[in-house]
Amino acid sequence: MKFFKAASAIALALSSSALMAQELDVKFTNLTQGIYYTPILMSAHNDTMSLFSAGTAATPELQMMAEGGDISGLVTLLEAANANNAANPASGLLAPGQSTTAMLSTDEGNTYLSIVTMLLPTNDGFAGLSRWKIPSEAGSYTFNINAYDAGTEANNEVINGGGAPGVLGIPAAPGMDAGTGGTGVTTEESNTTVHIHRGSLGDDNLTAGKSDLDNTVHRWLNPVARVTVTVK
Amino acid sequence: MTIFYKNQLARKGIWPALGFTVLLSACGGGSSNSSPEPVPPTPPAPVTYTYEVSLTNLTHAQPLSPVAVILHNDGALFELGASATVAMENLAESGDNSQVLAQDMVLASASGAGVIMPGMSETVSVSLVDTKPMMLSTATMLVNTNDAFSGINAMSLETLAVGESISLRTSSYDSGTEKNSETMATIPGPAAGGEGFNAERDDVNFIAMHSGVISSDDGLMQSVLTQAHRFDNPTLAISVTRVE
Repeated sequence: MKFFKAASAIALALSSSALMAQELDVKFTNLTQGIYYTPILMSAHNDTMSLFSAGTAATPELQMMAEGGDISGLVTLLEAANANNAANPASGLLAPGQSTTAMLSTDEGNTYLSIVTMLLPTNDGFAGLSRWKIPSEAGSYTFNINAYDAGTEANNEVINGGGAPGVLGIPAAPGMDAGTGGTGVTTEESNTTVHIHRGSLGDDNLTAGKSDLDNTVHRWLNPVARVTVTVK
Repeated sequence: MTIFYKNQLARKGIWPALGFTVLLSACGGGSSNSSPEPVPPTPPAPVTYTYEVSLTNLTHAQPLSPVAVILHNDGALFELGASATVAMENLAESGDNSQVLAQDMVLASASGAGVIMPGMSETVSVSLVDTKPMMLSTATMLVNTNDAFSGINAMSLETLAVGESISLRTSSYDSGTEKNSETMATIPGPAAGGEGFNAERDDVNFIAMHSGVISSDDGLMQSVLTQAHRFDNPTLAISVTRVE
């Protein structure tokens, strides 16, 4: 992840202006060629909140988002912490190559930006930004974000509608370009903390093989999304 | 068939990219601007803005086609999520940079001397007289792919003073104009020797990040590529230095 003006932002954060309310535009771009994003959650929150942390087990609320695209649990957590949320700015799925922009009016003290959204078709992959310090200096800040694995479900790569937490399987392939009849890539997830996703395997057999995913369509390399934050 | 030609000579001017053909000497003929060579000793009048672009191929086995370097004040090589121009389609599918160098927005341009092999570097110099250029773009094809390219898209030069550099690492993009079949018939690089440009667009028809090559070793039986041709981001290390 690349930060611009980060140093000056931190310096200014120590000054009085940093705790004040801010007006932000947050643009989120799907950089992949064949992956869809479930309803995106963007949130400006305070220092006590964290949606996820690499190397730490996912919360049940993050698991709901990562396995099924359900952001309601995280929204409840954030609202309890008086966060300013943009929930589902794309009004549904964000297709490959597409962008969405949300306006966020932040309350005093909500100086951290987090963004999460599930990658479809995956078992529990999500694109995530955690606790990005919102600069107090007006300007446009662009950076790329990576795909994480929530570590809560084995990446069996079988599309069976399984989106509820703890139910093995991929909910759907919105591009309608996946296969069927996969026997399952794995039943184990040895790293049960949030970690950088190792990518999907896929195969070249749409009616059999291990995976229901198409290895020429459903793979990706990081980064998977681009975020531009405009501080007004 | 691939001839590697490592050359630190700065060169400029528009010329057609000739695939893997060795280009022998620096040549200003047909240049889009009127300056002689990159670093003229004491030119009597005009101010020259010269940028040196150093590129290192970070991949394991993806030769890079002759790079296109352009200075421009508006426009961009491409837009993520939008259709590739025909010029970029040519570069991304065949490694032919001539159309990219000849675009209307180009104020000055330079082509790399030849293919940059894995682990190798090249420095390309580009100059513009009298007018300070606002942006620099550069692009090159990963030739053992269907339509992958890497580069810099419309980077601002506004604050770059003489002697200063901008260093960055670039990712690979998929032009979205040719399906990633990885078959021998469709990949122009030395791994296959297949077709380069094809006007048909049989893929998603928008530019995205590249998802990498699969290869026959990793489950795509029809692929002519092996595990050796896989790549990850970043693909290129690039340094842009304003030298005058």
